[in-house]
Amino acid sequence: MTASATNSRASGADRIAAAFAASGKRAALMPYLMGGHPDLDSSRACLHAAVDAGADLIELGIPFSDPLADGPVIHAAGTQALQAGIKPADAFALCRAIAERVPVLLMVYANLVLVHGGEDFSRRAAEAGAAGLIVPDLPHEEAETVRRACKAAGLALIPLVAPTTTDLLLKQIGADANGFVYAVSLVGTTGERGELPPGLAELVGRIRAATEMPVAVGFGISTAEQARAVAELADGVIVGSRVVRAAGEGGAADVREVVADLAAALSL
Amino acid sequence: MRDAESLPRRFGDYGGRYVPETLIPALDALEREWLAARDDPGFEHDLDRLLRDYAGRPTPLYLAERLSEECGRPVYLKREDLMHTGSHKVNNALGQTLLAKRMGKQRVIAETGAGQHGVATATACALMGLECHVYMGTEDMRRQKPNVERMRLLGAEVVPVESGARTLKEAVSAAIRDWVTNVATTHYVIGSAVGPAPYPVLVRDLQRTIGDEARAQLLEAEGRLPDRVIACVGGGSNSIGMFTAFVEDPGVELIGVEAGGEGIETGRHGAPLTVGAKGILHGAYSAVLQDDDGQVVEAHSVSAGLDYPGSGPEHAWLRDSGRARYLAVTDDEALTAFRKLAELEGIIPALESAHALAWVLANPGGELDAVCLSGRGDKDLTEVLERGA
Repeated sequence: MTASATNSRASGADRIAAAFAASGKRAALMPYLMGGHPDLDSSRACLHAAVDAGADLIELGIPFSDPLADGPVIHAAGTQALQAGIKPADAFALCRAIAERVPVLLMVYANLVLVHGGEDFSRRAAEAGAAGLIVPDLPHEEAETVRRACKAAGLALIPLVAPTTTDLLLKQIGADANGFVYAVSLVGTTGERGELPPGLAELVGRIRAATEMPVAVGFGISTAEQARAVAELADGVIVGSRVVRAAGEGGAADVREVVADLAAALSL
Repeated sequence: MRDAESLPRRFGDYGGRYVPETLIPALDALEREWLAARDDPGFEHDLDRLLRDYAGRPTPLYLAERLSEECGRPVYLKREDLMHTGSHKVNNALGQTLLAKRMGKQRVIAETGAGQHGVATATACALMGLECHVYMGTEDMRRQKPNVERMRLLGAEVVPVESGARTLKEAVSAAIRDWVTNVATTHYVIGSAVGPAPYPVLVRDLQRTIGDEARAQLLEAEGRLPDRVIACVGGGSNSIGMFTAFVEDPGVELIGVEAGGEGIETGRHGAPLTVGAKGILHGAYSAVLQDDDGQVVEAHSVSAGLDYPGSGPEHAWLRDSGRARYLAVTDDEALTAFRKLAELEGIIPALESAHALAWVLANPGGELDAVCLSGRGDKDLTEVLERGA
């Protein structure tokens, strides 16, 4: 744990930067877990298990009715959480429980952010101790009001860049980036894949040319070998569906095992 | 930076492109391609020829005399039910499939609720030799079995969607996920005036022929414009197609009829323009049925084509500006109108269109009504008979 991770007055971006700098690994490890999955108590235990096992930051999903960027595993986890009655308020409570230990990025779809206005959501997220937001269906061109609201609340709005993103747009995204840039490794939805996409090095190179911010890679990364290979290119490794699957199959014990395995692969 | 030659992406506050960054370049390309195609006489010629010789345009505008007698005023029906494949959906499907071909995309995907858009897209793909995959909720596959068989006969793969309520909303989400994954090779033929820009404009442009024809036909038949133009609204493609020609005619009242389901007060309906809030669904900011947290809730309607918790952004804007009015009729009222049109006119309407007819039957006023009869009801017989309505 870093000193600044516990300092609630430091901005989200500062806490994220400190976590990247102090990971002590080849790259910072950022597991994704779905808030309230498989149930509220297990979810809290899974989050702590992930941090115990070496997570440097946590990406915490807020369940949404229509998760367009997610593949089957995360979609199903979100549906299960919604059916169990999990609300954004529950996800904020989970965030608060873990935010003292590592920076938390809330992964949340745009309608949940905008339903009462970006300011309202950003304020609640900041009160819950979040360091930033990742909004997968809020492309750069639609993000300005939320970016401003995040800034006012001391949160980083993490931009996503896809392999299809043009250089012209990437330049604008890079200039506005805060916290880190989320490189979507592949053209598709979240989910485990057998191989890393062939164009990944080129994508990370293009992003580095456009920004000073750290680059974390997500989508399609599930194994220790893949995490190790990504760490050769990027500053952070995001693993979602594999960790969510572990949470569903074996709860905190399985999450601990999977995250420890990933952390070991990233050790110096 | 937008160049001058671009399409509007917003109607007031509504619309936009709330999709993963991955899709933004494909939406840019689609916008450019549609701008080029709609000004290309070759494209226009090809599409007009298909709409006329293959699909049956122009459709008649029919003075329904016995219905008029019942209503106490002349009621004209714009007969989109006579189009090839049985509804107005083929106007859009032929246009977008021709556009896919022009873009060099060999693979086409679509979503469908009632099955009409799926059948229309499968038909257009068969005609043009393109690969076609149609996402459909399994509840809708059950309700609209004949259309599932038709799509398969036409060579399309019908992909069952099991998530959520297994209806149109989930089918659109599944199609968008496919598009996010296969965007390089695939064109997504969205079936209604919804989705991220430029889809609402693209679909409106392809459907506006309904209203353009109806307006000219009415002037020819009656020497005047109608007092009221009425159409059903799910996502809102037949209605925006019907309304657009009349928007600049201030004396013409525009009425959109949504699915009241079991009654607005029960909460089980599909009427976001009537009682919904503002929110984002499937890439656009518009009227949406959602809870206080912003979770999109399920719609309910006897009609699979209206069983959708969102609406086209242009409709939300027409509503707020006061130019069009939106209200809802219940399942029962629609079923009664379904039967009535069959008995009075020998026309079996789609359950979707029956909503527009139900409102016309229940609401006197005005001296001349024009109703969009967006499709025929063969597909609905099982559902109607099961309900014993």
